[in-house]
Amino acid sequence: MQQIAQQLIYGIQLGSLYALIALGYTMVYGVLRLINFAHGDVYMVGAFVGFYACTRWLPFKDLAAHPEAAGANIALAVVALLLAMAICSAMGVLIERFAYRPLRNGLQKADAHFWGLVLGFPITGLFMPVFSGWGPLVAVAVGMGVGFAMRPLVAWLARRVKLSESRLNALITAIGVSLLLENGGLLVFGANPNFIPNILPEHTYTLPGGVMVGSSQLTILGVSVFLMLALRYIVMYTRPGKAMRAISHDIEAAKLMGIDTDRVIAFTFALGGALAGAGGAMVAALTHVKITPLFGLLPGLKAFVAAVLGGAGSLPGAMVGGLLMGSAESFVAGSSLSMFRDAIAFCVLIIILLVRPAGLMGRHVPEKV
Amino acid sequence: MTRSGGKLLGLLAALALAIGLNGCKQQGGSAADSDEIIIGEYASLTGTTATFGVSTHNGVLLAIDEANAAGGINGKKIKLITEDDRSKADEARVVVTKLVTQNKAVAVLGEVASTRSMTAAPVCQQYKVPMVSPSSTNPEVTRKGDYIFRVCFTDDFQAAVVGKFAYDKGYRKAAIFKDMKNDYSVAFADNFAKSFIKQGGKVVGEQSYQEGDTDFKSQLNTLKATGPDAILCPGYYSEVGTIARQAREIGLNVPILGGDGWDSPKLVPGAGTALNGCFFSNHRFSRELELPEIKAFIENYKKKYNETPDALAALGYDAAGLVVDAMKRASKLDGPGIRDAIAQTKGFKGVTGVITLDENRNARKEALILRIDGEVFRVEKTYRPEELGQ
Repeated sequence: MQQIAQQLIYGIQLGSLYALIALGYTMVYGVLRLINFAHGDVYMVGAFVGFYACTRWLPFKDLAAHPEAAGANIALAVVALLLAMAICSAMGVLIERFAYRPLRNGLQKADAHFWGLVLGFPITGLFMPVFSGWGPLVAVAVGMGVGFAMRPLVAWLARRVKLSESRLNALITAIGVSLLLENGGLLVFGANPNFIPNILPEHTYTLPGGVMVGSSQLTILGVSVFLMLALRYIVMYTRPGKAMRAISHDIEAAKLMGIDTDRVIAFTFALGGALAGAGGAMVAALTHVKITPLFGLLPGLKAFVAAVLGGAGSLPGAMVGGLLMGSAESFVAGSSLSMFRDAIAFCVLIIILLVRPAGLMGRHVPEKV
Repeated sequence: MTRSGGKLLGLLAALALAIGLNGCKQQGGSAADSDEIIIGEYASLTGTTATFGVSTHNGVLLAIDEANAAGGINGKKIKLITEDDRSKADEARVVVTKLVTQNKAVAVLGEVASTRSMTAAPVCQQYKVPMVSPSSTNPEVTRKGDYIFRVCFTDDFQAAVVGKFAYDKGYRKAAIFKDMKNDYSVAFADNFAKSFIKQGGKVVGEQSYQEGDTDFKSQLNTLKATGPDAILCPGYYSEVGTIARQAREIGLNVPILGGDGWDSPKLVPGAGTALNGCFFSNHRFSRELELPEIKAFIENYKKKYNETPDALAALGYDAAGLVVDAMKRASKLDGPGIRDAIAQTKGFKGVTGVITLDENRNARKEALILRIDGEVFRVEKTYRPEELGQ
């Protein structure tokens, strides 16, 4: 009994994280009918922001040497969390603006500028051996210059390929953005694993019955629940939230009613990015796992399954799906079948697709977003 | 618009051509140059086990530089070409193929991780180029063919040492937590269990994880319920630190045991204080041993890299030293010639012990048990192969 309760607590902690990420998937699916596969990588960026905030940007003190700094560190941790949320929501907006919006509205001048510059980086790589004597800055400048000169090529290609609003195009674009972020992460952050040192005081509480709960688990759970409540408030009671719901019902009708759909869609990506960023930063700082550019791959996939399990487009569904996924994984990992802990996610997905294709809450919930 | 696009395409094509030609010229030059002997090295310079590759590479480079400073091989200089496999097995096969077919390396050094050594070994075997692994301990590695060697002990021995040590230390019930996708970890766990049970101990629980997992509490909690005296966790440093932290967090405070996969300057930053007082087996290399060859190596290494070497650096140094030694004795400086010379190695005085390769192309060497004490690893015990009847 104690074992089961204990595994359930781990499951809830894991599940609350999956739920945070799954909310981003499900909101975007709600408004755009798009599976934003780059979402797991936004979570990764959140972890890296957490890492840099905890080790470089903010004046955290090592707890082992300065035990009195606990209070100051907690205040700084809140700043780090907000920072991760801000940067990740900006990333979400950026991804939407330059990767998905051109598919909806056609390629505009600004898009060609942007992708020309991005194209400059692989070109920089090509130039590296040629300009190695001149230093990397020159190579970067040359690469970006050539990339910038290629804007007409981008525009021309886009015209030839005829960007269309097909769902398949959007899906492939999402996978492309995900690969771009992962490999760009390898380039920028390097592939070496990073760890965040102990910056927050840690306690373990023993509940009646011998079940143990750690302060880091309580923090993750508490922050997740708070963010989900805040999200619910935003979606249900604010104007942008109402606009989101309107778009998820019927995007054309919403447009006719005078809703600036592009802005609301960007807002949706910002919300999702903030949640994923908070999740990534919390996991990185509180569970001391290694942080690498592929940090978001598996959690992203599992959160996606959680979103489908709960019913894509349904906010409560994503939360329930996340918790179910986390608990299932925790029980499997704790049993004698621990080698199947990742397989369970995909078994659940297959069963759900067979039995209830719309997900647990896919149909009944009216406030679809 | 179409016209300007066409022009741009032409420009791009010209650029690509220029860069391509440039590349060709460089490669042709190095392959045809016969004043140099080319040794290839593949290592995980980046990726999940980056510190393994970087340490080993530093050791290898030091040995090659010393050999060249001493006059090279019959007047010819040795050129080391190093490729990064990014800690990925598939990548290891690709870069070794490149080293052997394009760079025409006559010998290959690498890898630390057994899984990667095992994917690259068939390439070396196929092209008849000897491969010397500095520190892959899985027994299967050298069974891939008669061109594959190693300068370290195998997991049969290392894990048996840990099993015996655990029993001698008074532990009677051990639990195992292994990385099920890692050949090294799985073989280590099996051999440990055999040795520990033979001594009279009992394996009370077994759980597994995968590289890249972030949450180990569920498995650890199940292991905790079995009431072990110690936990064997034969994984790599990148996960072990997190596992130890989470074990302490759930109140699992028994010692954790491991193998040479723990040996990394990143182990303690990952674990914090969670691994204090834990033990792992390692190759015979420690500053505490007070041996003149180790002192000299540490001094030279510090001079070159301004940091203290770990055991993997010493093994890289020994692997490269052994290949250079064989090249000096080889009848012919090609793959088969060097292979025969390596196979005949007897009593090579390395930093990590005297190396004599047996008929299975493995080295018989001592193992250490190290105790983690803050940021330093202290020598707890030394085991010789004879002590375990091997």
